Amino acid sequence: MTVNRIFLGNEAIALGLLEAGCTLAASYPGTPASEILGAMIQWKGAERLPLHLEWSINEKVAFEVALANSYAGRRSAVIMKQVGLNVAADPLMSGAYTGVKGGLVVVVADDPGPHSSQTEQDSRFFAMMAKIPVLDPSTPEEARRFARLAMELSERFEIPVMLRPTTRVCHARQDLVPGVPVARDSEPLFEKNPARWAATPKFRLLLHQQLNAKILEISRERDFQPQLVEGFGPAAEGVKSHGPKKAFRACIVASGVVLAHTREILADLGLSNAIDLYAVPMPHPLPHSFRDNILGNYERVLVLEETQPVIELQFQDHTHVCGRLNGLVPSSGELLPETVEVILRSFLGLPPAPEIGAPAAGGRRPTLCAGCPHRAAFFAIKKALPKGIYPSDIGCYTLGLNLGAVDTVLCMGAAISQAAGFYHAYRSKGEDRPHICATIGDSTFFHAGVPALMNAVVQDARFVLVVLDNSTTAMTGHQPTPASGSTLDGTPVPALSIEKIVEACGVGFVRTIDPYRIEEMIDLLKEAGSYVRSEEGGVAVVIARRPCLMDRKQSRTWIRREIRVTDQCVGCGYCVKHFECPAMHLKEEKEPVEIDRVMCSGCGVCLVVCPHEALAVAGESET
Amino acid sequence: MQQIIISGVGGQGILFVTRLLAEAALDMGFSILISETHGMAQRGGNVVSHLKVSARTSKQKAGSPPPFVSPLIRPGRADVLLAMHPDGEVAHGHYLRAGGTVIANRPEPSTSFSVDAAGIALNLESPVSTNLVLLGFAAGSGLLFCPPEQVRATLERLGGKQLEISLKAFQAGWDEGARRTAGGAERVSEPPAS
Repeated sequence: MTVNRIFLGNEAIALGLLEAGCTLAASYPGTPASEILGAMIQWKGAERLPLHLEWSINEKVAFEVALANSYAGRRSAVIMKQVGLNVAADPLMSGAYTGVKGGLVVVVADDPGPHSSQTEQDSRFFAMMAKIPVLDPSTPEEARRFARLAMELSERFEIPVMLRPTTRVCHARQDLVPGVPVARDSEPLFEKNPARWAATPKFRLLLHQQLNAKILEISRERDFQPQLVEGFGPAAEGVKSHGPKKAFRACIVASGVVLAHTREILADLGLSNAIDLYAVPMPHPLPHSFRDNILGNYERVLVLEETQPVIELQFQDHTHVCGRLNGLVPSSGELLPETVEVILRSFLGLPPAPEIGAPAAGGRRPTLCAGCPHRAAFFAIKKALPKGIYPSDIGCYTLGLNLGAVDTVLCMGAAISQAAGFYHAYRSKGEDRPHICATIGDSTFFHAGVPALMNAVVQDARFVLVVLDNSTTAMTGHQPTPASGSTLDGTPVPALSIEKIVEACGVGFVRTIDPYRIEEMIDLLKEAGSYVRSEEGGVAVVIARRPCLMDRKQSRTWIRREIRVTDQCVGCGYCVKHFECPAMHLKEEKEPVEIDRVMCSGCGVCLVVCPHEALAVAGESET
Repeated sequence: MQQIIISGVGGQGILFVTRLLAEAALDMGFSILISETHGMAQRGGNVVSHLKVSARTSKQKAGSPPPFVSPLIRPGRADVLLAMHPDGEVAHGHYLRAGGTVIANRPEPSTSFSVDAAGIALNLESPVSTNLVLLGFAAGSGLLFCPPEQVRATLERLGGKQLEISLKAFQAGWDEGARRTAGGAERVSEPPAS
């Protein structure tokens, strides 16, 4: 008997890609997709696989790197979260026309909920817009199999194929039959063909026609047809010996993890096989024959899918179709199993389930870690540039929200362009305009911040930009940045310097500071603020550099200060409210603050924060 | 077959406990499905894992659907809520079925299945082992699908740098659970936390 092993959904996808002979994978980290490339890196090391893996600077770049490897006839993958595909939309649209040579799997993880994203967008719509096929796995096991099938389909039809898992597949774990990826390298062979790879608009029309032909043919592929997974099909209707006692002249069409929820709920309701249930592995292109059969054979059809009505919209007649378009399925939020149960009961005419609601309030909001250098930087910003406008960006430091030091969070890199926009909005106010201080993380700066900074400088915008440089991509699990100085293989490469890039962007004020030296940082930010307002001023950049405390790969040294609460403490709560260090608790109003010794990192920043100077150093040690 | 919710706040080792129970299930020949919290919520927010343990699909009767295919537990369906933090009892109590059991880490234990796991871990000079104390307590109380011996064997198999202290913490919890059970603490089913 094979002994199963437990795989995270994302590991299962990584394994599927490797089993399919992937030779290059490029990704930018983002929840819920981050662990896919990470798992490939582990396997590559363990099995000495000859493939190239990279954390690219952003998703657009990742896509183009993978696409070219595929043009050269080698199997490739590009991996990202759903909003990453917004960044990579340009090469996706164009790459669908040129097509590929070696298979190209575009893994895009959606986040219904959303749990860790700005939007609940459905990437399957991107597949539809680009006219490429998309596979929608419902379990880790299926995700692994679909990754392999996607690669083969892509290569056979010379078209990029999307694999679209959702959070509940990516971050589910399941025991699977283990597999060891084998080393499979393929000779690069780029065959020149300007009419295809460098097509002008005239040839683009031809490519579009070819794309239409491909997608029509793919819709008829046997392996990807919707499957009747429960029930006895329309033909069995009324056959008593085989059929259920009471036949519903209705069916359910489902894809993704909602399919799994649906099967389990039907079983709990004692309705397994009592209603025809179709599983849709490939929501786009939906075969015309399937649509016709469903509409012709059933009086009522329920479509269950996440997050938007992609399958549903492909039915040509919605008179008998229930789903998001008729309001039976909610148009926002995750389709949790409890939500699916409500929908199923309503569709099947069963009494509603007893309602068990989650508590309305309560729960803890996420916060920056104790000792996080970002917290120190945010506090310094509020002190030095008070009552300002604070555009920020995507990363751990979004949690600066809790500290009142983050006013806007839009998308990767937007902190800088929005700071410029706010400056232009308030420009006419002259000296009366508020401080504008943007914050952006180092990885986000490289990803999309640099063009925004160049633009701000040449448009004469004036604001302070603080680059929160913890020398890693912290939120998603400490992936390296372009400043790391080595590839994933450990080959030394130039470590990009944020200072030099900022200078090259034409910024006249560039300083670097350790945010733990909080008093100096406050002074530096005041200086930056004056520079911005001076006649010859412009954008001022302060790089707040200190490695992430949670990143064990980096050397982190500081003088660990044991903090003592003196009798000066009046329990005003200022530190808890404005600094929000999770190691500090106020049990009751007017009672002295308590410090959790286990959690406290000893950064000592709170010494400066307390307005009553009620915190003192009880002891110091090197870390 | 068992459905377990493991709840706490980021940094308490929820993922590790879930993983350990899942590996124990595999060692016993069961199949598992898990759903985890990753990303921003891990930064000190509420974290919850869903663990569903069932018989191997191959051991099912042909044609019948496997008992668990979805990675999520519905509210009112969990057999056990393992609450590492009092906040977790509030935030995730609604997952518990009628007659299900809360096994809780509380500074002042007030029910047969609550224990000051953090206090016990602190006595062992390993406050980060609170999770394993509570797990040992749960297994020692006989409320999980797996006996404590199995969890310990799995923990030994998984190893790790902290194995020695992990085993100590697990044992301390186990002893406490066994003591309570032997001491005649009634196997009362508690109503879901509200």
